[in-house]
Amino acid sequence: MTDNHVELRDVVKRHGATLAVDGLSLEVGRGEFFSILGPSGAGKTTTLRMLAGFERPDQGDILIEGRSMRQVPPNHRPVNLVFQHYALFPHLTVAGNIAFGLEMRRVPTAEIQDRVGTILDMVKLRPKQDRLPAQLSGGEQQRVALARALVNRPAVLLLDEPLGALDQQLRLDMQVELKAIQEQVGITFICVTHHQEEALTMSDRVAVMNHGRLLQVGSPQEIYETPASLFVANFIGISNSLRGRIDRVDEANCLVRAVDLAGQPTLLARLPAGAGEGSPVTLLLRPERLCLSSEVRRSSYDNELPARISKAIYNGSGMQYQVALSDDLVWAARLSNSSSNQKRFLPGEAVFIRWNADEGVVLSE
Amino acid sequence: MSPILSSHDGEPHPDQPRKISCVAWLLAPPLLWMGAFFFLPLLLVLVISFASRGTYGGVEWSFSLANYATVADPLYLKIFLHSLVLALVATVLCLVLGFPLAYYIARLPVRWQGVWLLLVMIPFWTNFLVRTYAWIFMLRTEGLLNSLLIGSGLIDKPLEVLFSDTAVLIGLVYGYLPFMVLPLYAAIERLPRSVVEAAWDLYAPAWAVFWRVILPLTKPGVVAGCILVFIPSLGAFITPDLLGGARSMMVGNLIQHEYLVVRDWPFGSAVSFVLMGLVLTGLMAYLRTEETMNKPGEER
Repeated sequence: MTDNHVELRDVVKRHGATLAVDGLSLEVGRGEFFSILGPSGAGKTTTLRMLAGFERPDQGDILIEGRSMRQVPPNHRPVNLVFQHYALFPHLTVAGNIAFGLEMRRVPTAEIQDRVGTILDMVKLRPKQDRLPAQLSGGEQQRVALARALVNRPAVLLLDEPLGALDQQLRLDMQVELKAIQEQVGITFICVTHHQEEALTMSDRVAVMNHGRLLQVGSPQEIYETPASLFVANFIGISNSLRGRIDRVDEANCLVRAVDLAGQPTLLARLPAGAGEGSPVTLLLRPERLCLSSEVRRSSYDNELPARISKAIYNGSGMQYQVALSDDLVWAARLSNSSSNQKRFLPGEAVFIRWNADEGVVLSE
Repeated sequence: MSPILSSHDGEPHPDQPRKISCVAWLLAPPLLWMGAFFFLPLLLVLVISFASRGTYGGVEWSFSLANYATVADPLYLKIFLHSLVLALVATVLCLVLGFPLAYYIARLPVRWQGVWLLLVMIPFWTNFLVRTYAWIFMLRTEGLLNSLLIGSGLIDKPLEVLFSDTAVLIGLVYGYLPFMVLPLYAAIERLPRSVVEAAWDLYAPAWAVFWRVILPLTKPGVVAGCILVFIPSLGAFITPDLLGGARSMMVGNLIQHEYLVVRDWPFGSAVSFVLMGLVLTGLMAYLRTEETMNKPGEER
């Protein structure tokens, strides 16, 4: 990336005896919607608080627009934070909350009114500008928090679990709205979330963290389709996994022997970098990439495993099946409800799971 | 359910009359107590304030406003004004000293907050009179303060602190500081850290974080603390008596003097009622301005 807008260089932060952030290096480009994804305790909120300036790195440095933030207090940083529970000023009106940052920077009154008005229209809160935060719904408070930060036109907008307190439908709407707003204002967004779908929907790039360490950075598609580790694969959606050993290598492909299955069948897969014959590997498959069939005929798929349906769940847009490959290995399969005469499988039914080599990801251990 | 409330199970509205009598029984003792030992004596003082002093110090039952007219005498007005100023200064000092302390305590880890609050309240374990005597030993010419200052070479003549307004202020601030710290602590403790951080994040320098966010949001605690310090300071009697001597007389000393020394109960009563009137008017005026100030926000 040529235009590094935000850069973390080997940042370490300890909270007492625990390493909250352990040698984190990241680069975020200008105008990017960048998400930091991870379970609680991953160090993502600490990272955000260090970007905002509320906490100082024990080691390493944070650069924003090429400038070291080591000695810069929060009120002098070109960033604004949208707090997890909004942290609106309860004694100020909606307009008063939004104007706060501009007043602190001594922007002329006329300009303040202008900018507050524009942002109120953008977040559709003009009719409620004289209300107090307590008189607003959760979604409205969320939009005030966003407006209060955006009105300052920061170089970077930081968002801490921005949609965490909203109910499901509002959350889905706001995902789209937030992304649209980000594209409209062109400000760099760095968003912390533990919600994988949120991160995939909104972000240009996603960083997955766990235990203070960075596990993978990439586009939502890269993260989802080519996870670099079992943790990433399991954290981002459901993954089916199978342990194996590479039996034979054939240019870009390999044959993986499934050591946990009866008869140790071999499966065709793409050869992972750095692996060779005999390497232990894990094969990962997304539930929606699997094909189920009860017909015994030879298929055009590269791989086939016999299994038995153990559970069938109808969820409107599709069917979710739990499919047992052996007594202690159960996979998930998701078939979309794309046609009304689609075959339904019943629990106990014997099926074949089929897929092509391209659909799987092979992780070498 | 308690046996008192559930005794009328089958009736259509069993709770209603029972509840009322239950509340009445609970309220009766405190009401009787207050009536007998607070309201009646107060009424008595009010009645006496319109009477006049007998030749040998008794009360002569007649109706006149003469006692109240005497209060307006510049001599006594000066004492009122002096008390008012001392009480105000003591309140401001308590606020200025108490706020940082309360803020510090409220931001400590919870288990340390208890320890610090206990430390704030420890002086109450000893009698107030004894503690005030201790201040005499601290402040007098050969006292601890002077020997420390002279010993360290900062001054060479002892400071005449005892029996002055300064000594009274020290005593008042010392005595009433906990009454400021506790309500402030309660208010600050409820203030979310993130709101303070939000102000900081929105470019506010430290002073603006305080004036624009922390102070407005902890105002109920500030007001409660100020009332709790100002009112007892205004009527203080032991502190100015022991530390102020004859030079620093406050209204409390005047009342005590009239009752016990001059034995002019009617005039002492009148002074008491003027003091009460002042405090009540002040509080009412404050509440009134609060109401009008809060209206624009509440309308919607």
